[in-house]
Amino acid sequence: MLAYRAGAPITAGQFLADVERVAAALAPGGHVLNVCEDRYRFAVGFGASLVAGKVSLLPSTRTPEVIAQLRRFAPDAFCLTDERDCGVELPRVRFPEAATAAPSASPGGFRVPSIDADARAAWVFTSGSTGTPVPHEKAFGRNLIACVRVEAQRLGIPERPTHAIVATVPPQHMYGLESSVLMPLSNGHALVAERPFYPADICAVLEAVPRPRVLITTPLHLRALMASGLAVPATDLIVSATAPLPGQLASEVEERCATRLLEIYGTTETGTIAARRTTQTPEWRLWPGVRLEPRDGATFARGGHVAQPMRLLDVLEVTGSERFLLHGRIADLVNIAGKRSSLAYLNHQLNSIPGVIDGAFFHGDSPGTDAAVTRVGACVVAPGLDAAAINAELRRRLDPVFLPRPLLLVASLPRTSTGKLPEAALRSLAAAQQKPPAAE
Amino acid sequence: MPDNVSPLRQPAGSAGIETLTRELAGLIVEALNLEIPAADIGPDQALYGEGLGLDSIDILEIALVVSKQYGVQLRADSEENTRIFASLRQLAEYVNVNRTR
Repeated sequence: MLAYRAGAPITAGQFLADVERVAAALAPGGHVLNVCEDRYRFAVGFGASLVAGKVSLLPSTRTPEVIAQLRRFAPDAFCLTDERDCGVELPRVRFPEAATAAPSASPGGFRVPSIDADARAAWVFTSGSTGTPVPHEKAFGRNLIACVRVEAQRLGIPERPTHAIVATVPPQHMYGLESSVLMPLSNGHALVAERPFYPADICAVLEAVPRPRVLITTPLHLRALMASGLAVPATDLIVSATAPLPGQLASEVEERCATRLLEIYGTTETGTIAARRTTQTPEWRLWPGVRLEPRDGATFARGGHVAQPMRLLDVLEVTGSERFLLHGRIADLVNIAGKRSSLAYLNHQLNSIPGVIDGAFFHGDSPGTDAAVTRVGACVVAPGLDAAAINAELRRRLDPVFLPRPLLLVASLPRTSTGKLPEAALRSLAAAQQKPPAAE
Repeated sequence: MPDNVSPLRQPAGSAGIETLTRELAGLIVEALNLEIPAADIGPDQALYGEGLGLDSIDILEIALVVSKQYGVQLRADSEENTRIFASLRQLAEYVNVNRTR
């Protein structure tokens, strides 16, 4: 089977018929923002865009500001949606459903469209230190398929149709695009249309598909799943990515689910580049051909399916020709429940708000407990604005997870005479602002 | 009630909903470490997005405390989520109908 929805199988023949139909229904523009919530429809839309020679756009967030930036980047962009109310300010194409199901066996067999390995399949975007998202090109074969063919091998699942791949992650981000759409499609495994959120939903979706099953997910969802106390249906492999998985949580998952758990490591720019069996080793093993190079005090990844040398935003220690250890993020990087940004980018957005004289984000205190989420806070000088007004403006620019907690209005930031803002001074200011009022 | 009948409690009347709303406000503030006092969250104030400003990470955290406290396993697609978390009162009504503790 190519896919499942509500446990019901969808055949390759149906998929190909859907791709052909949707390709004909797309708007003339050369760039597609595919916001389909249903993973199968997203996959059909992605395939249809490839067949029609259009490039898919994958921004990290869809705030009004980012959409405006996408319009400037690609004036012919349009939005493909499977929802009635889609708030995106782009010309919209509604995903067309088939009038009748495709025949399960086409007389002449299926015609599988052939896509050039160098065809530009997508632009993915990351937040740079300026206000504008940075585009990264993904060639269909060279950057995407090359990566996910290896992924199946490294995950220890066959390269022939055997598994059903359930995922909690959206297909519009690199992890979900690779692991929950392209990895199944290129290796013949079944992708699953749902994107379960709550632990009970994850269990229900797993239960509805036949074994062997894979769960593609994140530390946030794994923590919730374990804490729920629910009996997780037998799952043959669990994959975690987007943020470091605490070793204890990894062990708990393997034990309670009687399964293998693998973590994968990658970035939007590079795609997945390494994996490890967390309960057995702290070391990551790189994808073939990918090399790590220390340069300018940072680590660059290059080679293999990586399009061009990219600076990694973590501190890596090379321990062998294809192995490394991760020692945490570089100071500027922000990762909240798997969503990535940088303090520089957040500060740029904050200071672009009319009425904000000076503002700075800072990393919140770690809650100290297992995998609970650390937020970012902000101190803001904005005499004419209140917190609600500032947050409303931030909401137009940032993914909601980056909204500051707390947002502290201050008279001034503790900058040095050269305008630098030492982190310690900023955090002291924040702590002082938050002290409870003295007892009467 | 006989032992072999469903363990679901009888749904509470409107006074019960008010109490539940207050309880939930307290649980949410504590679980999410919010700055705002629980009493300041109006029963009809928006929880998601504008209003209290909760995001999907918070929703998952709330689902956890709600399941521990009331034995409710939240089940929803994103459309239903918007409805359940539209306000404290909506959440209270959902919990009220589905609670097993």
